Amino acid sequence: MTDQQNQGQPRKHGGDTDLHRRQRGKNLAVLAALFAFIAIIYVVAMVRMSGGTFP
Amino acid sequence: MTDSVIAPEIMDSQVSSGTVRDYVALLKPRVMSLVVFSGFAGMVVAPGHLHPVLTMVAVLCIALASGAAGAINMWYDRDIDAMMERTARRPIPQGLVPADEALAFGIILTIASVTLMGLALNWVAAGLLALASGFYIFIYTMWLKRRTPQNIVIGGAAGAFPPMIGWAAVTGDVSIASIVLFALIFFWTPPHFWALAIFRKLDYQHAGVPMLPVVAGEAETKKQMLIYTLILLPLAISPYFLGIGGLTYLAGSIILGVSFVAFAVQVQRSDDHKPAKRMFAFSILYLFLLFAILIGEHLAA
Repeated sequence: MTDQQNQGQPRKHGGDTDLHRRQRGKNLAVLAALFAFIAIIYVVAMVRMSGGTFP
Repeated sequence: MTDSVIAPEIMDSQVSSGTVRDYVALLKPRVMSLVVFSGFAGMVVAPGHLHPVLTMVAVLCIALASGAAGAINMWYDRDIDAMMERTARRPIPQGLVPADEALAFGIILTIASVTLMGLALNWVAAGLLALASGFYIFIYTMWLKRRTPQNIVIGGAAGAFPPMIGWAAVTGDVSIASIVLFALIFFWTPPHFWALAIFRKLDYQHAGVPMLPVVAGEAETKKQMLIYTLILLPLAISPYFLGIGGLTYLAGSIILGVSFVAFAVQVQRSDDHKPAKRMFAFSILYLFLLFAILIGEHLAA
C-alpha cells in the first residue's frame, strides 16, 4: 500500500492504537490537573481576599 | 548482570508506554498516605484555626511534595531498584516511564506544591516543605543511602517533617510541640526500616546498599532497634505533658510504646525473620494509631 493510499485511512496497527490510547489518557490527566490547579488558585484567592468568609 | 536487571537503555528510553496509573505509582501512594496523615495531625493539634479550603490545600501540597520526592528518588535509584525484588516492578525499571520524564514530573510537582503552599498558607510552611523535599532527595537519596548504614537514621528526618509542616501551615512558626512530633517520627524511622532491612537483607546486599543488617549484622541491628523503641517510649508520651495530647493519648501512647518495645524484644530473641515482618507491620500501625488518637481527641474536643 502506498503513502497516498494510506492517507485518510485510520491506522489499524494494534501497538500504535494502544500507545495512542495511553497517550490520550495521559494528556487528559494533564489537562485535568491544569484545570484543577487553576480552580485551586482561584478558590484560595477568594478565601484569602474574603478574610476566611468565602464561600 | 542478572536476569532481573533491566538494561539501562530501556530505562532511559524516551518512549513512554506507561499509563496514568504508572505515573501515580511514581508518587509512592502508600508512603504518601502516612505522610499526609501525620501532616494532617500536625494541622489538627496546632493552636489556631484554618479555613477548610486552606486545610485541604495544605494536605494536597504535603501529598504532592512527598510524591514528587518519591518520583525523583525512583529516578535516581533506578539502577538499584532494578536489582531489588521489592522495587523491580516500579515503573522505571519496568521501562514503562522514561527516567527523564520521571525526573521532570518530580521537579514540576515539587515546584508547584511548594509555591502553592507559600501562596495559600505561609512561607514558613513552604520553606519547611522545600527543606523536607531537599533533605530526602539530596541528603538521603543522593548522599547517604549508598554510603553509610546510618542512611535511614539521618535521612529519616525527611519523613519526620510533615507534622511540623502541618503545624507551621496553621501557626506560621515552629514550636517545641511541633519539634516533639518531628522527633517522634525521627526515632520511629530506624526500627521501622531496620525491621524491613532484616527480612530484605539479601535484596539490599545484592544492590550494594549498606543497610545496617548488611554492614553490621542482624544482632547489632536488633540491639539498635530495641534502643530506638526504648527512646521512643517516653518521647511518644511527651505530647501529653506539652498539652497537645489528652488522657486517651497518654494511655494509647503507653500501650503502643510498650507493644513496640515488646515487638523489638521478640525480634531480638528470634533467629527467624517472621518477628521482623510482624514488627514492620506493627510499626506502621503504631504511628497511624498514635496520630489517629491525637486527631480524634482534638476533633472530639
